[in-house]
Amino acid sequence: MRVLVIEDDKETAGYLQKSLKESGHWAEVTGDGETGLALAKEGGFDVLIVDRMLPELDGLTVVKRLRADGDATPVLFLSALGEVDDRVKGLRAGGDDYLTKPYAYTELLARVEALARRKAPEEQVTRYVVDDLVLDRLSHRVTRAGEPIVLQPREYRLLEYLMRHAGQVVTRTMLLENVWDYHFDPQTNVIDVHVSRLRGKIDKGFDKPLLHTVRGAGYMVRDGQG
Amino acid sequence: MTGRAERLAPALSTGAFRIAASAVAVFLLVAAVLAVLLIRDAGDAVSEDVMASIEAETQRIAQSYASGGRDGVRLAVEQYAASPGHGLYLLTTRDGGKLAGNLATRPQDLVAGKRGGVFSFKPQGSGDAAGAVRQGVALRVALGDDLVAYIGRDIETQRQRLGRMRLVLLVALAALVLAGLAGGYAVSRHVLRRVEEVNATARSIMGGDMSRRIVVTGGDDEIDRLALNLNRMLDRIEMLMQGLREVSDNIAHDLKTPLNRLRNRAEAALRDPAGEGACRDGLERTIEEADDLIKTFNALLLIARLEAGALEGTTEDVDVATIVGDVAELYQPVAEEAGLSFDVVMYGPVSADVNPHLISQAVANLIDNAIKYSSAARTGPGPGPGDGEGGPSETGGVRVEVERAGNGIVVTVADSGPGIAAEDRERALKRFVRLERSRSRPGTGLGLSLVAAVARLHGGSLRLEDNAPGLRVVFTLPGASPHAKTPRLQH
Ligand SMILES: Nc1ncnc2c1ncn2[C@@H]1O[C@H](COP(=O)(O)OP(=O)(O)OP(=O)(O)O)[C@@H](O)[C@H]1O
Ligand SMILES: [Mg+2]
Repeated sequence: MRVLVIEDDKETAGYLQKSLKESGHWAEVTGDGETGLALAKEGGFDVLIVDRMLPELDGLTVVKRLRADGDATPVLFLSALGEVDDRVKGLRAGGDDYLTKPYAYTELLARVEALARRKAPEEQVTRYVVDDLVLDRLSHRVTRAGEPIVLQPREYRLLEYLMRHAGQVVTRTMLLENVWDYHFDPQTNVIDVHVSRLRGKIDKGFDKPLLHTVRGAGYMVRDGQG
Repeated sequence: MTGRAERLAPALSTGAFRIAASAVAVFLLVAAVLAVLLIRDAGDAVSEDVMASIEAETQRIAQSYASGGRDGVRLAVEQYAASPGHGLYLLTTRDGGKLAGNLATRPQDLVAGKRGGVFSFKPQGSGDAAGAVRQGVALRVALGDDLVAYIGRDIETQRQRLGRMRLVLLVALAALVLAGLAGGYAVSRHVLRRVEEVNATARSIMGGDMSRRIVVTGGDDEIDRLALNLNRMLDRIEMLMQGLREVSDNIAHDLKTPLNRLRNRAEAALRDPAGEGACRDGLERTIEEADDLIKTFNALLLIARLEAGALEGTTEDVDVATIVGDVAELYQPVAEEAGLSFDVVMYGPVSADVNPHLISQAVANLIDNAIKYSSAARTGPGPGPGDGEGGPSETGGVRVEVERAGNGIVVTVADSGPGIAAEDRERALKRFVRLERSRSRPGTGLGLSLVAAVARLHGGSLRLEDNAPGLRVVFTLPGASPHAKTPRLQH
């Protein structure tokens, strides 16, 4: 995966470049908006990581111009501004996700990978299949090994999100934001409880678990042993 | 003199005085025009009446000359002159010899040229009025070739009345001017004094005494209203400043400690002789500690921002019951996992203009507390046999309610945990306050402060009550159109 990091803080940018490389990705780094915009326009990136506050051309403008050009490369905003309306502004400018500083690298990586995957138009996928677990988006039915599984509406959305990102790490915050649309820290392990309930419904009684806990990061749905 | 002038000067240069002075000037102009018209009119009326009757008499005298000749007219003039009244008569020969009448001499002005007009005369005969010059008005008429008659009226009384009227009007105008100016001066003095009070207060506030306020007289005039508004503004500024001070105090006291702990941990990990494994462990714990610190920091920042901020532009008209219901749904499995019953009771949709994100977060904090502290109670000392009044607490539970109360919305989160002693309730709302017995549970002590800030920002309130046993938190939001109106202070 090729990532462009537009971030004026050298230390942060360097750390991101190094970490992304270690995670098996290729990252290009630039410190100012103009160059960033030019590089992005050349294309070839799977994801852009854009700091909101940049000298000269700020991150919002960079993304706005890019979108005006018809470029749809997924964008992850990084920002020290974490209020809900800051986030809304970022998403309105054409960002696809918004991460508030300070953040954990695992969180950033999970989001970047999720974004890179999102390139495919999601609406057209009508079925998610992981091993023998099937989620039908048209009938809203879930089966495992052909047996129907009854899920609450929220459980269904939780599983849908996990399966859309099958094979990828999904963090608790990502679940909270995307399944519940909450942007605060619920303090207790609420997400864990919901996931373990879901796990009880889809994995219990089967030899092969599909919903895995990724230590220190979050959860992942995939076939194969964890 | 100069001292007086100096004291006078500022009052005279106020806007209020200038307005009063120009009002007086306009009024004066109108009054003067009226007075002039009045005087002219009165003068004219007198002369016209008099002239008409003189004219009539002249006619009659001319007739009596025509019919009676020289003697006839002489008789007629003598008769007229003898009758009481203001009539003045004189019949003379062409060269001025008096033949009859009550005038001693010919009116000088009328001898030559002019046919009629005003003249001065001395009344004939003795009496108290004798000697004083009076004014009359007369017409001259030639009778035949050798006689001239002067027929007139004594208008001295009218003249004097007119003079008095003029004087009265003049005095009245002068009084008007004086009263107007004095009134204007008094008003501007009053305004100036009040403004000076405001200035003095402003100066002492700038000097550092933030608690000073402008005196409100209670007269409900515009200056009072100005003072009220300024005072309200000062209250707000003071609150913001205090908020800022509190945040910096918090950073100094409450964030330094965990920061220091973090540092110690990193140092210890570095020095750990047990080698790389222990070092890794230490670093992981350091990161956890840093994460906690970040959470605390975020919460503190959010509270500070809420306390300083306004809701404008962030609110939506939403059903508060739905918002609360969604949060409750998020926490329900947690409560059940903790062995607590969890009831959600909604009394119909209750819509309000609120910031839904903040309301969600506030309600989440309350439910989190309820679960956290009442499950702690359960796993704690345990239900002793016959543990007294704690009746239904053996199946501890959390109950969330949303209802409309009057014009507002009340969200209640009640638990049957240990509760908070009455004397600690106010303190528990303060930042970083964690009560003694809950230290074993994770938390920063910012949860309730955040809820209180959200309530206040929406113009609502937060109350902690006894749920006997347990805690009942009552979160109130104003209904339909909150925060738009600041209460009007008008009595
Ligand atoms: N439902 C409750 N029952 C008993 N005590 C409570 C309850 N809610 C709050 N308290 C007391 O009030 C204190 C302050 O609560 P608050 O929510 O502000 O902080 P916290 O829960 O300790 O930390 P945080 O919410 O930031 O994780 C708590 O530490 C606890 O002692
Ligand atoms: Mg709390």
